[in-house]
Amino acid sequence: MSASAHGSETPKDKVGRLARLRREGGALHDYRAPHWDEPLIMEMGTPGERGVLVPLAEPDVTAAIGAAADYIPEGMARAAAPDLPEISQHQALRHYLRLSQMTLGMDLGSDISEGTCTMKYSPKLHEELIRGHKAADLHPLQDESTMQGLLEIVYACGEYLKTISGMDAITLQPGGGSHAVYTNACVMREYFAARGELPQRNEMITTIFSHPCDAATPMVAGFKVITVMPDENGYPDLEAVKAAVSEKTAGCMITNPEDTGIYNPRIDEYVKVIHDAGGLCFTDQANANGILGVARARDAGFDACHFNLHKTFSSPHGCEGPATGAYLVSDTLAPYLPVPLVTKVGENYHLDYDRPQSIGRVRGFLGNWMGVIRAYAWIRNLGADGLREVAEISVLNNNYLDNLLMAIRGVSRPYAEGHRRLDQVRYSLETLKQETGVGTEDVRGRMIDFGIQSFWMSHHPWVVPEPFTPEPCETYSKADLDEWAAVIKKVSDEAYADAASVKSAPHSSSIARMKRLEALEQPDQWAFTWRAYQRKIKEKR
Amino acid sequence: MKRLGLIVNPVAGIGGRVGLKGSDGREIVVRALALGAVREAPHRAQRALERLARIKDELEIVTCPGEMGADEARACGFAPDVLEGVVGGTPWEQSLPDGVPPTTAADTEAAARAMLAAGIDLLLFAGGDGTARDIFNAVGDRLPSLGVPAGVKIHSAVFATTPAAAGDLTALYLHDRPVAIRLREAEVMDIDEQAFRDGRVSAQLYGYLSVPYERTLVQSAKAGGVAGDALALADIARDVVNGMRQRVLYLLGPGTTTRAIAEKLGLPKTLLGVDAIRDRRLVGTDLSERQALEFVGKNDVTRIVVTVIGGQGHIFGRGNQQLSAAVIRAAGLVNVIVVATQTKLLSLEGRPLLVDTGDDDLDAQLAGYAKVVTGLNERTMYKVAGEGG
Repeated sequence: MSASAHGSETPKDKVGRLARLRREGGALHDYRAPHWDEPLIMEMGTPGERGVLVPLAEPDVTAAIGAAADYIPEGMARAAAPDLPEISQHQALRHYLRLSQMTLGMDLGSDISEGTCTMKYSPKLHEELIRGHKAADLHPLQDESTMQGLLEIVYACGEYLKTISGMDAITLQPGGGSHAVYTNACVMREYFAARGELPQRNEMITTIFSHPCDAATPMVAGFKVITVMPDENGYPDLEAVKAAVSEKTAGCMITNPEDTGIYNPRIDEYVKVIHDAGGLCFTDQANANGILGVARARDAGFDACHFNLHKTFSSPHGCEGPATGAYLVSDTLAPYLPVPLVTKVGENYHLDYDRPQSIGRVRGFLGNWMGVIRAYAWIRNLGADGLREVAEISVLNNNYLDNLLMAIRGVSRPYAEGHRRLDQVRYSLETLKQETGVGTEDVRGRMIDFGIQSFWMSHHPWVVPEPFTPEPCETYSKADLDEWAAVIKKVSDEAYADAASVKSAPHSSSIARMKRLEALEQPDQWAFTWRAYQRKIKEKR
Repeated sequence: MKRLGLIVNPVAGIGGRVGLKGSDGREIVVRALALGAVREAPHRAQRALERLARIKDELEIVTCPGEMGADEARACGFAPDVLEGVVGGTPWEQSLPDGVPPTTAADTEAAARAMLAAGIDLLLFAGGDGTARDIFNAVGDRLPSLGVPAGVKIHSAVFATTPAAAGDLTALYLHDRPVAIRLREAEVMDIDEQAFRDGRVSAQLYGYLSVPYERTLVQSAKAGGVAGDALALADIARDVVNGMRQRVLYLLGPGTTTRAIAEKLGLPKTLLGVDAIRDRRLVGTDLSERQALEFVGKNDVTRIVVTVIGGQGHIFGRGNQQLSAAVIRAAGLVNVIVVATQTKLLSLEGRPLLVDTGDDDLDAQLAGYAKVVTGLNERTMYKVAGEGG
């Protein structure tokens, strides 16, 4: 909806028009992102300028204990002052506020776009819980007897997750989803090492539509990786799995539902093929939104699984909070879990290090327990029925959005014609691209103009051409879904009417499209630090 | 301003609808037209050019007179720079029936050479495998080239999937995102049309054109950094070399993927032929079937390394006929190693790999699943179908 089309309407008329559109489905925001031409913080400030003036120690103090600098261990004191920007508090605050204004943050718009990520609303009350002094003042080196409350939460959250998955034991130590998946690869390796089968069983099977970490982490752990392609229905090719297994098979690490959103109802048959070959089975449940309270990994025969407490269990995802991977196993694999495990003896909670077959630590202290507190609060708040309702609404939302999207010109849904997806769908804009030249990256660019986060396309490689993968989980309303679909429809209509305007989008975002995309693949053009930036600029000259 | 070379083979594809399985040679063209064939290549070339209309002010088209490009370019609103005096004037011109264009393969080659000399940024050609061969003969890989599929035979990997896709890729390469597009070596294949009409497929690998292709750069960066086919090839080569055993003969089939293996060993490779390697030394180059059989006979264990040849997905029977049924049987089926980048497998869009050794029983035995080497310690289970029978 361009501003000019409604240039003469009064503010009151506009409110009425938008409300009517929203009721009918399809109100589009006329979004205008702020743009600040901000320099880098390292290029700001004036020599001598300060944000905080730290008072000098009083003479009596210095006389009694000497200079503060004398207490810095040898070898740790800098020879020269750090090259930091010299800047006032207000300037620093203003700089970062401006940058934040230029960001379409997760609480500003809808994250329906973020399929395979389960971006959902994270209750703000959870932030009170982890920022309050009871949690924030804990020290990681405290004696366990003085942090019984935290251990109780970690233990109880683990018990809930065991019930939800059907597994026998858990660790909440991994610092993210892929970290939990890597932990699995290490645990399986340890299992086969203990049985003396390791040199022989060195092949891990995964599928092309599983998360890439299901291939990457076993490789890092020393396994060879065999990838199975989908059959014509979009399921992993069972015959290919049968052809892949041998006396070398260590196991499988797969996702269900896969990235396509297609749930594999015969998953237990795949598990049986692997088990019959002597392998172990892990299922990656980063996206468990569609199965909470409905299907359990253990019931399908899996030996291990994981959840992301960010994503599925509401802890914020990405930069807003450190992630937590919950890794769960059957009794067979329990001896190999990382130490320490949180155990309960009588009324007391303990950190159990006495586990001789453990793979050792995978992260310091208790891992990112802030995520555990949020997940615990979320589970307690919803209860068992509420968790199942999360799954049901997620699937319902997805089906509703699917009906809207499949009616849009240029959108298709490869594989499994006639079968419903679970909580997300991998669509294709191949038709749109063929008919208009507008591809999925172009559509992403235009979406932002309507205040909607650009959609997630696909993991690599693109098996589905011109892909996009929305996931309208349970926290989104009907109006949110209508708006999202209306944006896609609008962009499709624009593509058929005026492809060039879509291809040059975004038009009203804080930044235009990245001009030198190829730099992402050229390490000599990356700089993650100011120092690296300066060095590389200098090398270029 | 970027300069786009355009060559349309106006008779490409003419033999297809009337069942002539190709359009090579003046006699076939005359027969096809007599059977009521319609010329489709000009129309297909226009489908590609229509996609460039939005950037026509920033693009100069260099082309040949008449139906070999100028007509199509003008029909799409371009004012092309026409190379006069380069094509036409062939001896047949005087005695052609109505509707037969007075141009031949020699004209395609002459035009491509003239464009190379004139200086262009990309050569867009509409035709089939025969046209691709003509382009290859004229300019090799000295010019970035891209095929608009318009022929009966499209076995070469130098063609875009559709005419519109060829137009879009051209716009990306020359205008929208030139640096995001890479060039890769793509196979120029052609089959012997006469043999094809007699029911036999005899495909030859003629060489490689330098062809632009679009990769999704954001994706691969998200997936973990410096991807790219060059890295994938190096990984595949490392895997195969790591697995090489002493006193085992390795027969490396044609292709850029197998060439990477030889390069890893510091050895030269016949790009279009079969070479033999033993104990990291090159012991035979550009082998015939008979020579390959002799090598297999003299060694206790022979392993055959092949890759996907051409755009159709063949691993045996196209472009590597030296690795015949007899050679494969002598080496043993378990000793066949298939190597290919995942990009190449995905470009088959779910179609199986194909074997066509001319031996139906062997084709049936090779069918099933191949554990394709797709990277270092990486395999992909990929379906193989026999084409025999």
